[in-house]
Amino acid sequence: MSVDATPLIAVQGLAKVWPDGAEVLHDVTLDLPSTPQFLSLVGPSGCGKTTLLRLIAGLERPSRGAVAWSGAASKGANKGGAPQIGYVFQEPTLMPWATVFENVYLPFKIAGVSRRAAQDAIMEALRGVHLEDAAARYPRELSGGMKMRVSIARALAPRPKVLLMDEPFAALDEITRLKLNNDLLALWQALSMTVIFVTHSVFESVYLSNRIVVMAARPGRIAADLAIDAPYPRDEAFRGSALYTEACFEVSAALRRAMGQAP
Amino acid sequence: MRRAVEAAAPFLFGACALVLWEVAVRLTHTPPFILPGPLAVAAALVEDFPRLFPALVFTVGVTVAAFLASASLGLLLALIMTSSRWMERSLLPYAVILQVTPVVAIAPLIIIWVKDTRLSLLICAWLVAFFPVVSNTSVGLRSADPNLISLFKLYGASRLQDTVWLKLPSAAPYYLAGLRIAGGLSLIGAVVAEFVAGTGGDRSGLAALILEAGYRLNMPRMFAGLLLISMVGVLMYALLARLSAAVLRHW
Repeated sequence: MSVDATPLIAVQGLAKVWPDGAEVLHDVTLDLPSTPQFLSLVGPSGCGKTTLLRLIAGLERPSRGAVAWSGAASKGANKGGAPQIGYVFQEPTLMPWATVFENVYLPFKIAGVSRRAAQDAIMEALRGVHLEDAAARYPRELSGGMKMRVSIARALAPRPKVLLMDEPFAALDEITRLKLNNDLLALWQALSMTVIFVTHSVFESVYLSNRIVVMAARPGRIAADLAIDAPYPRDEAFRGSALYTEACFEVSAALRRAMGQAP
Repeated sequence: MRRAVEAAAPFLFGACALVLWEVAVRLTHTPPFILPGPLAVAAALVEDFPRLFPALVFTVGVTVAAFLASASLGLLLALIMTSSRWMERSLLPYAVILQVTPVVAIAPLIIIWVKDTRLSLLICAWLVAFFPVVSNTSVGLRSADPNLISLFKLYGASRLQDTVWLKLPSAAPYYLAGLRIAGGLSLIGAVVAEFVAGTGGDRSGLAALILEAGYRLNMPRMFAGLLLISMVGVLMYALLARLSAAVLRHW
């Protein structure tokens, strides 16, 4: 993977040790270039994928090392100004007492932007996930897939530079999942942002990403950093291509090596 | 049709029970100072209305005031206690002491200290009712979805924003459950305190009236007073259940 002069995010020698002494991440170094990437983090359970994501978002403090943001995004997390980061969790994580519109309004509300000023951005984000007609509905009235779309709209509405996603589709059925994969790719291309996508699924990661970082566990570390050089836009035909099959094979082999390796 | 029968069932059962009661009292010639029939109770309710009504207003006044004090101070105390570990460590033991001490045991002291009868009864009823609000709301304030807490942190939310937009709404179902308990306890606290205070005061409520009727062996009036107290309790519960359902309809 080529590393350009000023990376958007530079993760330097990052380590995280829990209070009980367990080392969940060990010396992770990773550069994200300023050109938009779709990066997937793949690895066995307990390899620290979620922790790495939370460290990049500034939700945890590293035990060693640092996460550095480039000049344009030097504010790091979302303190003041436009949010740099959107975050999508494994669960939709919506507020049940608020309508879809109010849920997507949250980042603006916290930043002190009025509903009227945020209206256009919110409706555009809802159109992006095909939920413009559901703005007045409550989460309880939505299906699992629709809730996840709202969650994605909330993360994207403030137009972040980086979208962090922690196994967002793991709890969804296969058909919904494939559909959301395509919607996410379309959004990624339209919005030119960097996505860091945590997943268990080799197939999902190959279909979506142009870069896959394979992690090993105990302690969590980077085992392989692979480029998937298939052009976008990708559609269902890509799943039948030789390139896709080879990439899946390559990532699976890297994952097997990562899991078999002695720490 | 089925639903109508289901809705009518408790009333039918009550009516049958009342008829049986009246018949049993008449057949056995039970004197009214042992057990009055429902007709005698109804008669007492009408005849003694000029005495019963002011007593009802008094008791309802104390109950509602104690409930409102529990609802507001309970919420405030829960907010203070969950604001820091130190606050909780310092305050919780005393809240527990107040809760576990039986109100009948503290009531005489409060009635001696506080000159105004109404206020002393209010304090007693509040002591009984506020704890469920505090403990339920404290749990609720800590129950916010950890991922939502992370999201608020990610967007740089202030402590105030965190509390008002996340912690308080998350606590709402717990708070409302606390209120439903506090409603019943306010009435119990008001009645128990009045029993302790006795009939000494010039203005007194339903409990004092029941006590006095008991001394006079005026059973129909006792039953009438009892009926009114139960109805206040039922009404309170129904209103709070309605409120809860209305607030939580989207959850």
